[in-house]
Amino acid sequence: MLSKCVVDCPELCLAYLTSFPSPSVWQDQAEQLFKSGHTNNWAVLVCTSRFWFNYRHVANTLSVYRSVKRLGIPDSHIVLMLADDMACNPRNPKPATVFSHKNMELNVYGDDVEVDYRSYEVTVENFLRVLTGRVPPSAPRSKRLLSDDRSNVLIYMTGHGGNGFLKFQDSEEITNVELADAFEQMWQKRRYHEMLFIIDTCQGASMYERFYSPNVMALASSQVGEDSLSHQPDLAIGVHLMDRYTFYVLEFLEEIHPASQANMNDLFQVCPKSLCVSTPGHRTDLFQRNPQNVLITDFFGSVRKVELTTETVSLKPDLSSMGYSHLKCHEDEELAEPLSYAAQLPVAQIIHQKPKPKEWHPPGGFILGLWALILMVFFKTYGIKHMKYVF
Amino acid sequence: MTLCMTMCLGDYVPVGQGLCVSVHVRLCVPINLEREDATCMGVWNCIYLTLYLSVAEGAWYCGKGPELGIRRPEFKFWLCHLIVVWSLVNPFTSLSLSFLMCKMRRMDLSYFQLWHLLCSLHPLAMGLLLDSHRRRALARLLLRLNTPLCVVSYLAGVFWFLGLAFSPLTQNTYISENAMGSTMVEEQFEGGEHALNFARDFTAQRRKTGSLPVAWLERTMRSVGLEVYSQSFSRTLPFPDETHERYMVSGTNVYGILRAPRAASTESLVLVVPSSPETLNAQAVGLLLSLAAYFRSQIYWAKDIIFLVTEHDLLGTEAWLEAYHDVNITGMQSSALQGRAGAIQAAVALELNSDVVTSLDVAVEGLNGQLPNLDLLNLFHAFCQKEALLCTLQGKLQHSDWASLGGSLHGLQTLMLMVLRQASGRPHGPHGLFLRYHVEAITLRGINSFRQYKYDMTAVGKTLEGMFRKLNNLLERLHQSYFFYLLPSLSRFVSIGLYMPAIGFLLFIPGLKALELWVKLNKADFGPEEQLGPNHSLVQPFGQDARGVALTPLVAPVLISQATGLALYLLPVMGQHVAAQHFPVAEAEAVVLTLLAIYVAGLALPHSTHRVVSSTPRGPDSGWMALKLVALLYLAIQLGCISLFNFSLGFLLAVTMVPAAALTQPSGPRFLYAVLLVLVSPGATLLGSLFLWRELQEAPLTLAEGWQLFLSALAQGVLDHHLYGALLFPLLSLGLYPCWLLFWNVLFWK
Repeated sequence: MLSKCVVDCPELCLAYLTSFPSPSVWQDQAEQLFKSGHTNNWAVLVCTSRFWFNYRHVANTLSVYRSVKRLGIPDSHIVLMLADDMACNPRNPKPATVFSHKNMELNVYGDDVEVDYRSYEVTVENFLRVLTGRVPPSAPRSKRLLSDDRSNVLIYMTGHGGNGFLKFQDSEEITNVELADAFEQMWQKRRYHEMLFIIDTCQGASMYERFYSPNVMALASSQVGEDSLSHQPDLAIGVHLMDRYTFYVLEFLEEIHPASQANMNDLFQVCPKSLCVSTPGHRTDLFQRNPQNVLITDFFGSVRKVELTTETVSLKPDLSSMGYSHLKCHEDEELAEPLSYAAQLPVAQIIHQKPKPKEWHPPGGFILGLWALILMVFFKTYGIKHMKYVF
Repeated sequence: MTLCMTMCLGDYVPVGQGLCVSVHVRLCVPINLEREDATCMGVWNCIYLTLYLSVAEGAWYCGKGPELGIRRPEFKFWLCHLIVVWSLVNPFTSLSLSFLMCKMRRMDLSYFQLWHLLCSLHPLAMGLLLDSHRRRALARLLLRLNTPLCVVSYLAGVFWFLGLAFSPLTQNTYISENAMGSTMVEEQFEGGEHALNFARDFTAQRRKTGSLPVAWLERTMRSVGLEVYSQSFSRTLPFPDETHERYMVSGTNVYGILRAPRAASTESLVLVVPSSPETLNAQAVGLLLSLAAYFRSQIYWAKDIIFLVTEHDLLGTEAWLEAYHDVNITGMQSSALQGRAGAIQAAVALELNSDVVTSLDVAVEGLNGQLPNLDLLNLFHAFCQKEALLCTLQGKLQHSDWASLGGSLHGLQTLMLMVLRQASGRPHGPHGLFLRYHVEAITLRGINSFRQYKYDMTAVGKTLEGMFRKLNNLLERLHQSYFFYLLPSLSRFVSIGLYMPAIGFLLFIPGLKALELWVKLNKADFGPEEQLGPNHSLVQPFGQDARGVALTPLVAPVLISQATGLALYLLPVMGQHVAAQHFPVAEAEAVVLTLLAIYVAGLALPHSTHRVVSSTPRGPDSGWMALKLVALLYLAIQLGCISLFNFSLGFLLAVTMVPAAALTQPSGPRFLYAVLLVLVSPGATLLGSLFLWRELQEAPLTLAEGWQLFLSALAQGVLDHHLYGALLFPLLSLGLYPCWLLFWNVLFWK
């Protein structure tokens, strides 16, 4: 409720905001609060690999699942796709567990894992349907991504990939272009507010280089031309337990608690080349906010810390930086006229929010004049009687 | 091969044609052709294609254009360009196709085949388009360069083969199968002592019962928690086997199945221990039981594991395999199996006869020279290294330094041993019989020599545990790595793409010689009036034209040679009783002596065949030339086909027979030729191979020993054919011996 309130009427809510020793810090914190304009969090976690020797990919996905769940995203807001069931694989010497560390202290399979898409349900088609919301009417709520334009969506993928594709199962793959188009469709259908895309696969950076939709931040485990490497070989289980990148991401996330102020820049520092062997990459040019101001919990958690204060904080009316879209919305309402159907769609908003470089075009008068000149020169040279030779 | 023959006879353009076609056939033949084999062959194919296409294009442009009946100039123009473009596209398409095969692991081969069919039609079209002037020039060129080309080609083939053990042609082995990955296993087997106790009990029981202690084995297997079944079998050998002293064999196989606790029984692995009166393999049986007890306590099995103890070594294994797959191909009588465990994915045979071992020797050569997937061997090698075991191949340790000359020569020695063993076509261990059913298998033999450092049963058990644990992780049959390879050592291999050129060079010679003979027979008089292309000239020999080959006089020698071969194949076994009644010899000796008698009697054939053959009106030389032409083509086709499924055999036969065959003619130093021909006859090659084999094993034979070994090898060869379906005996008696007789006929042509 409170978060809803914050977005809709910031002035009124200020009175209840966090109490801090210094007014300037209050102000910063308050602005921080408004900058992330989301009201709910979603996560789509995908493991695309089958087979026992790909144990590590399932462990990767489950470790991210564990983190987002621990930080507060409920199962109803997580779409978990696992292409194989390692916990019940007959080769698993420790049945009903998936471990992320060879000292066996962290069973990421946990006690309650809600897998929404499993084994052969994990296909490119299903994944794209989940993202774009084109699921059949019969699909249960747990298999849908019911996000809206105030949702922060975390998308985590892992599997075997190459330059520009990620393999699903052993039979098909999704390309970076398809993924970018799916995100654009999500944006146009207002299915997210901001998106964090993380991928742990070989040549992972190739997967985000085609993105063009706004408000997307992307991370990858390796650059184009690099392999992502595995970690934690375990002799008893007989496979690698995790991939390096996700292993260190998990280590980082284990330190995060719902109130921690760690921001995205900290996440970018995770797993330097000395540990990862590959070079993790990130892309922030589509994202509107400074990563420094984006909390990890904006994507990995859904809890907002709220403390009451009796102090009054006056904020500078810096409209451009704090939710101009919101004000825009108000202006639109003031100008309201009887609307046609097309006008009800937020066309203006979409166009405005998506800064597209306008192509230069010569003015219409210039072209008209040019044609006139050509015709004049023509008639001057040949005269009207030669028209019959032209046609 | 018909296509190959057509082209050799029909046009002179495609120099590498025989090779190309053999590669095409190669592509069609093996059902288990996989990624890496295919890639190598694809690359070689491209090289061959470009080679002969460039020759073809050159010939096309040198000529003034075809003097065919085609009137419209633009048609010619377009045809010409189509062919040029085609040939440009050709190698690239082949390359990209092989690349595709590289990428997709299980690509349907039909597209590839289709394309190669198209490629092989191309030179046929070129031949049609060649004009008669070019044809005459080429014929002259061919006649002039024939002998040097043959010599160069032979030397190239031999040196290529000798170079196989040297560094640019060998590669390091590596595990291709992702599912097995590495040696990441925590071996926990500690039942070495337990195994020795089992072995002692087994020996005692064996002594008590006098045969395989079936009841004891069943009881023990049941006590360690297996599902136990037994199978009885009996087989009467075609003639008494003197080496193993058996004739009417009956025995019992015992096997226990460990069911995978959490998987359906759709796949299985086999650990097999052969036990026979002369080699008891008690320690191997003990280790098998001990491993079974340990495996039973583990919960990670995804495949059933069959622990099999067979009696009468290979006979028992053959009986069990036939019953398991519900086929009967060798006339074995056996009871049906009561329990099965799905498709067998891999098998390991174990032979241990001492309480401690100094090294483990691995045998890969199977029936008819089949080899298991290289990944299985790689897996064994990886665990050898992990457990720091001493592992040998062909009884040879690895040389420490590969780059040095000594290391390479050592590798060559090992490789030669492998070639000899593969060429023999015998199953060198129980694993050899599994290969027929496309079950990848190897045999491990414990060697106890005088070395100081010994390994106990626990170390061997740990190696096996590791291998089974990794095989358990398999998702499909082993298929990622090579099926065709030669091994200069355990850690290095030569792939099919690199050793096939050796035989290619050798088979080039009969093709060249055949072409030369064909040109000579036609007197090289392709007048300008002959414009109907090679198809017409192919038909000519059957017509009444004065030029060309008369085939009718050849019918008699060919038929008589084949009949001798048939007699060689059938008579020894069929007539053993008659022989034993009339001569003071045992049946086994009778078989071998009959074999030798018929073989030697064949040498007298030319004198009798001439009575049948009427004199030819076509000139003094045309008769033997035609016979030699047919014999050369017959030889080339046979060797080509043999080298496709057993390179070693094909190469050994080619390297001996081809030069003698090329030289043979009824004029010149005939006595020298005769000695040479006798020396390279299949039987003499076998004798020579035996001496070479023992020489390479550093246990040289004396002449008398060698002769004894030769006689027993003959008997074993016949027995192997009848008992397991080994193809060496019928190949030699029905194929190569008659072919060799044709050359003998040529030599004594009157």
